[in-house]
Amino acid sequence: MAAPTTLPSALADAVRDESSLRRFLHGLPGVDQVGVEQRAAGLGTRSIKKASKLHAIDLAISMVDLTTLEGADTHGKVRSLAAKAKRPDPERPDVPRVAAVCVYPDMVKTAADELKGTGINVASVATAFPSGRSTMDIKLADTRFAVEQGASEVDMVIDRGAFLSGRYGQVFEEIVKIKEACGDAHLKVILETGELVTYDNVRRASWLALLAGGDFIKTSTGKVQPAATLPVTHVMLQAVRDWKNQTGELRGVKPAGGIRSTKDAIKYLVAVHEVAGPEWLDPHLFRFGASTLLNDLLMQRRTQLDGHYSGPDYVTVD
Amino acid sequence: MSDRVSVAKTYKLYIGGAFPRSESGRSYPVTDSKGGFLANAAQGSRKDARDAVAAARKAFPGWSGATAYNRGQVLYRVAEVLEGRREQFITEVAASEGVPVKKAQSLVDAAIDRWVWYAGWTDKIAAVLGSSNPVAGPYFSFSTPEPTGVVAVLAPQQSSLLGLVSVIAPVIASGNTCVVITSQDRPLPAITLSEVLATSDVPGGVVNIITGRTAEIAPWLASHGDVNALDLTGAPESLRADLERSAAGTVKRVLRDKAGEDFTVTPDMSRLRAYLETKTVWHPMGV
Repeated sequence: MAAPTTLPSALADAVRDESSLRRFLHGLPGVDQVGVEQRAAGLGTRSIKKASKLHAIDLAISMVDLTTLEGADTHGKVRSLAAKAKRPDPERPDVPRVAAVCVYPDMVKTAADELKGTGINVASVATAFPSGRSTMDIKLADTRFAVEQGASEVDMVIDRGAFLSGRYGQVFEEIVKIKEACGDAHLKVILETGELVTYDNVRRASWLALLAGGDFIKTSTGKVQPAATLPVTHVMLQAVRDWKNQTGELRGVKPAGGIRSTKDAIKYLVAVHEVAGPEWLDPHLFRFGASTLLNDLLMQRRTQLDGHYSGPDYVTVD
Repeated sequence: MSDRVSVAKTYKLYIGGAFPRSESGRSYPVTDSKGGFLANAAQGSRKDARDAVAAARKAFPGWSGATAYNRGQVLYRVAEVLEGRREQFITEVAASEGVPVKKAQSLVDAAIDRWVWYAGWTDKIAAVLGSSNPVAGPYFSFSTPEPTGVVAVLAPQQSSLLGLVSVIAPVIASGNTCVVITSQDRPLPAITLSEVLATSDVPGGVVNIITGRTAEIAPWLASHGDVNALDLTGAPESLRADLERSAAGTVKRVLRDKAGEDFTVTPDMSRLRAYLETKTVWHPMGV
């Protein structure tokens, strides 16, 4: 097996072959379920008000991957989404831009044309999203197509079937090959934690994705319930923090699916600050995969600035 | 044998079909007209009002989209449940308003009748207020009344049940949903009405009832961007101008009640009409 980067010796050993990879992943400390859930709930009660809240809202807006992944997507819808990404609140030019627009591969060109020169990235899901059930050739072709069309970020799904039956080597190889196919594009690895059953599996999958070279680890496709939860994000944030401690490299985390309110988003930001560290409070290292969250953030922003509650009539429809 | 200790109640709010405590955790004692303790009521906050508006907005498409006939049936059912709780309402109205039992009886009966009166209106509003318009052109032009949206209602401070019913029923009869701030000192009949609504067929969120200080919560509703109309009936005199001003900021419909409205008199259509928007459609003929 080919290690993607130069790793410290302990980690380089882990990716030498499949059995050492298994040994490494199963040697990771188990997650204390009660502890992590309690910690997540505890941090969720922290009160963020006034100026810090406004700062958190702007930060969260700049971290949004504005997403549309529906069978009914049209080029027109992607164009309007791109317009929203550039100017989330047209009446208030001081609102920051979102981090990226996330679409299916056939929509990438439309989004890329609209977003040229704005600094907003185009992310594309690939590798037979959302199930990941296809051959390697098709997954690679899917990825290359997305990158050719202009995607600067690729969101791949792992083969959960292979992962759950213990074929870690296969999952590892897949990520490595997709990473190669990405070229310069950033790779986000979707673990689909809703299908991984235990926190221990989430921790193993996180490490597997980091070892194989994923730039981001992402919770979910948004198509499976439960999607992103705070405790799962905690476990993943611990993984990127530990990765940094061991290798010095910074990798990102992206919770996706089910984050709809500003309150939820701020809970995640608190978790990022407390679990990973302040340097992760950056759109390069933390993203929200969401479609409805942005409107709630904009409404809350208006509420903070105007001194009265706002409503959905005052923000654009998706 | 010892005397039985009476159970003192602490009531909660009614938001989105559920009975949550106030987000603020506060409550206040409710007294009868002579100052004797009756019960504790939740003292709602601006965040409770915000949640109530969200619940009312969520309930709006379903309720306004229901057929007028269906809304009528639901409201008749409420009247039936009201009738079943008649004794409890009489006790509460007598205690809250300090009126003799006989007078309380007639007030409760009038309230039930008022509810039935508005229930009967649901499927007649479009016929009475709508029209097909004669126009000079090859068009069929017709106007239909449509509900305004989410209405914030400041319930009358004095008339705790009849007044309350007289302000809520016309709002929901035409398909609006509402957030009601009850009479500050006489909230018990309103709390019992919320129990009636919860056990009849009214979908959760159509009526949301908040007890507490009117002067504290009303300004937040008046300025709220997702509230479409404001009924000032129970607003404190000193606040009215301010409330109207902030309601204008988000272009709300404002109902200024006639001063000292007598709720025992059978009403006209003005309260129904206040929360309706007229939609006119021009349709080409012969196409």
